[in-house]
Amino acid sequence: MSLPFLLTGGEVRFERRLVLRGVDLAVRPGEVVVVMGANGSGKSTLIRALLGLTPLSAGRAELYGVPPGRFRDWKRIGYVPQRLSIGGGVPATVREIVSSGRIARQSRFRPSSAADRAAVDRALVAVGMADRARDPVSDLSGGQQQRVLIARALAGEPDAFVMDEPTAGVDVRSQQTLADTLRELVGQGRTVVLVAHELGPLEPLITRSVVLDQGLIVHEGQPPSPLGDCARPGHDHIHPHAPASEPGLLS
Amino acid sequence: MIELLSYDFLRRALIAAVLVGVAAPAVGTFIVQRRLALLGDGIGHIALTGVGLGLLTRTSPTILALIVSALGAVAIELLRVRTRTGGDVALALLFYGGLAGGVLFANLSGGSASLNSYLFGSIASVSTSDLYVVAGLAVAVLVILAVFGRELFVLCQDEEVARASGLPVRFLSLLIAVTAALTVVVAMRAVGLLLVSALMVVPVAAAQQLTRGFRATIGVAVVVGIIAAVGGLWVSVDADIAPGPTIVLLAMAVFLGAVGTGRLLRMRRTETS
Repeated sequence: MSLPFLLTGGEVRFERRLVLRGVDLAVRPGEVVVVMGANGSGKSTLIRALLGLTPLSAGRAELYGVPPGRFRDWKRIGYVPQRLSIGGGVPATVREIVSSGRIARQSRFRPSSAADRAAVDRALVAVGMADRARDPVSDLSGGQQQRVLIARALAGEPDAFVMDEPTAGVDVRSQQTLADTLRELVGQGRTVVLVAHELGPLEPLITRSVVLDQGLIVHEGQPPSPLGDCARPGHDHIHPHAPASEPGLLS
Repeated sequence: MIELLSYDFLRRALIAAVLVGVAAPAVGTFIVQRRLALLGDGIGHIALTGVGLGLLTRTSPTILALIVSALGAVAIELLRVRTRTGGDVALALLFYGGLAGGVLFANLSGGSASLNSYLFGSIASVSTSDLYVVAGLAVAVLVILAVFGRELFVLCQDEEVARASGLPVRFLSLLIAVTAALTVVVAMRAVGLLLVSALMVVPVAAAQQLTRGFRATIGVAVVVGIIAAVGGLWVSVDADIAPGPTIVLLAMAVFLGAVGTGRLLRMRRTETS
């Protein structure tokens, strides 16, 4: 069986700056992998590279065994971007945004089906936004908008999710909703890769954590359990076994 | 109004106004959502070169405007993707090149006077064959939006999500740009190339003061577009003034009214909630 996500020797360069410096990451079906690291360590770049949204300057990415450029089975993938873009001020309702998550399953010449609507209803209920379905997304708080983005991915009923900081700037209640949703997905055997600064209520669900520093994986395995000083929210992980940073490369 | 319809040229003008009123705001909603509100303006400038070429070669200015503006739309889209920095300078070059080319070609053809009718519109001079072209283009625009609307919504909302949903992002980007070009040619006779963009943007700006959803915005924008186009035509005939600016100013008036109404609606909503 092919892996949902595979990155071999992944290297990403913006202009002359190396943002990922040869990262290997294989995500097996059913895993919940959290990508952690300080700001600018390359977390978002890593998950965007997994999806082919950021081109690799070296190395290879695969989605279910196929390079992103030739991948056709996008209905298996659910991407949750960092934030909701309020397109040019044109309003959109919660339901319209969540319904657009069905796009990879829809045929161009057929209207939305009952199955589409049922999936959208389930996704809205899962994130606790069913009562806001007709409201414009611009009226929602940051945490609620994040839940709408997750519902959009859920509506597509993918096998694997990629979430870019779904907990950033999100209130406690939305974090708990996200944890409950994730638990259900994990129970169904779905795969999740997510970027997070703090795990909070997500922690018990994580099967593996990957810590990035300056574009390299410096820790992989159990989520580093915060102890002593490290338990402070918002601290930076500093690992003694991390390779000495090379000044000049990133500066 | 009814007795005015006994005039052939006014019947044609009225049909053209309705077509413009529907097509321009419908496309405009996607364009505004994609944060390209001035795209129509740029294409309008480029279309002028087509008009000039049509006058110079004594062929159809409408058809040549169509070809040149479609090519221009593709060029704008390619420039937008290729050049991250300085993209707006590249666009400016295209716009002014288009405008200057149009004026020069029209001058060479000795038909500078008729250039005016393309710059500022002359809906009353729409011929039957013009009307067929305009109607065909308007139908094409609406069919494109009906078939690709869902995909264009995702694209215009968030291009990366569109890519991660497996949508043909490059094709859709070109499609929306070319559709905008078709719309420019539809609206060219009614309001003129310099005001084309107004009918793509102002009704949408008015609608989004009042609506909560995307579909509703398209619907209200189209209603505003029809009111402005037909109402503007009627006022201009009645008062014997130029139709193009009348249509656009009427749309602006609706926009101002919508801003006030939208404020009141929101105030009432926050009171009840």
